[in-house]
Amino acid sequence: MRRAVLIAIPYVWLLALFLVPFFIVLKISLSDTALAIPPYTPTLDLSAGWAGIKEFFSELDFENYVWLTEDDLYWKAYLSSVKIALISTFFTLLVGYPIAYGMARAPQEWRPTLMMLVILPFWTSFLIRVYAWMGILSNEGYLNQILLWTGLISTPLTILNTSTAVYIGIVYTYLPFMILPIYSALERLDGSLIEAAEDLGCSRLQAFWLVTIPLSKPGIIAGCFLVMIPVIGEFVIPSLLGGSGTLMIGKVLWEEFFSNRDWPVASAVAIILLLILVVPIVLFQRNQQKQAESDG
Amino acid sequence: MNRLSWFNTVSLTLGFAFLYIPMIILIVFSFNESKLVTVWAGFSTKWYGELLQNEAFLDAAWVTVRVAVFSSTLATILGTAAAYVLVRSGRFFGRTLFSGMIYAPLVMPEVITGLSLLLLFIGIGLDRGILTIVLAHTTFSMCFVSVVVSSRLITFDRSLEEAALDLGCSPAQAFRLVTLPIIAPAVISGWLLAFTLSLDDLVIASFTSGPSATTLPIKIFSAVRLGVSPEINALSTIMIAVVTVGVITASLVTKRAMVRQRQDELAAARTE
Repeated sequence: MRRAVLIAIPYVWLLALFLVPFFIVLKISLSDTALAIPPYTPTLDLSAGWAGIKEFFSELDFENYVWLTEDDLYWKAYLSSVKIALISTFFTLLVGYPIAYGMARAPQEWRPTLMMLVILPFWTSFLIRVYAWMGILSNEGYLNQILLWTGLISTPLTILNTSTAVYIGIVYTYLPFMILPIYSALERLDGSLIEAAEDLGCSRLQAFWLVTIPLSKPGIIAGCFLVMIPVIGEFVIPSLLGGSGTLMIGKVLWEEFFSNRDWPVASAVAIILLLILVVPIVLFQRNQQKQAESDG
Repeated sequence: MNRLSWFNTVSLTLGFAFLYIPMIILIVFSFNESKLVTVWAGFSTKWYGELLQNEAFLDAAWVTVRVAVFSSTLATILGTAAAYVLVRSGRFFGRTLFSGMIYAPLVMPEVITGLSLLLLFIGIGLDRGILTIVLAHTTFSMCFVSVVVSSRLITFDRSLEEAALDLGCSPAQAFRLVTLPIIAPAVISGWLLAFTLSLDDLVIASFTSGPSATTLPIKIFSAVRLGVSPEINALSTIMIAVVTVGVITASLVTKRAMVRQRQDELAAARTE
């Protein structure tokens, strides 16, 4: 009896506030826009009984999805979100791996401190970390000031409001997600394996490439997914650092909802975004499971 | 392996410089006299003074803190219950669905979570305000809490609980007297995580808040869109300082607790 109550409370909470809302989005994505409150039709009228439900379902259609395929803005936004996510994940790996490697090679007593230094930015506001880059990258920003002062450039570079700024922002804010899983994989790595490889005639670089990298693969995969999956739906970074030229689907959804007030189209955008995310999420879970099995 | 090679030293130095220089610049320029954030015109704390007189920011900060306290507490209770159910309850009807619902919000883009909750609140006719933000934040942060707590529950020696039951505890007593003290560090870090997630959240709060309740991130976002300003620099500095002090205190407390636990264990081993 008690056990049933204990299960029921979080279960019902998640059903009501996670699963039901998801079906509402699905339903609204099949509705039509209307000048009404709420701004879509049909609305379910349960008082009319079975006839009302039948009427309701007959009015649902895939019009919004057809509309999404016809306007190439949306396709471009989905493609560019995926492209930006892939490229920035690659750069995050490139920046994060040496840091994780350095941490794992650091003396034992430094490691908790280094770990804390990586986690600390993760606890400070995401919004503020993105904002910090606005001052650095703008035309009169600190970066341009330094470059002008050193004489490397003669006219200020335009970085803010371009996709370069978006990449910098993503690499910066998601770096801890990449460093931590790689670090935990590298930390468990048995140093004698590398010594063995070197004894067997590998150069240090070869040992790194043939032993260290393959053994840290689970961490690399986990880190890449942890960065890539949320970046596809990212909203804050493209709207603060990107210009009108950077299309990301999170931003499109936001504008469709708040500026155009087209709720059915916004819902359809959300559903397709979810479908795009299903594949990486399933792959990520497989990887986590495999890792858990190999640990156990 | 006692000394770092030059490569490791360089990569650590550059890496941490990359992580910290933006925030240090922000902090330094919050003490700038000039209104132009990129030109240094002397030391001044006037932007902090102006910030403290800005009622809109203060109101928003107060809303944010209240929302974070309520939602993280609720999320800790629900998340701990969910973790306990997942680790201890064995099979029950809809278990796969339940664990799916625990993990899905972790990877769900915030825009989708926000949109779907908003449509739910409108559907059931709930006015948007503090209550709706609390409900939204509780839902996504309880999942983080349950992941943190269940990782601790899995490694926990179940025989301790069984011993308590054998010695005459009711299941509730066994939970309160044995399980809870042992998983307490995970529960506390779950609460802290939920609290910072709530403080930090812009996207979900934007969807689920109404005109009556604006949180600080929403206010900052609308101010930041207009460009960099010294007032926002001052506000950011305060937030960075609060978090830094909080995280360092928390880590010192847990470190001390660990040391004490070690000592207790050693003492126990000696008396045996």
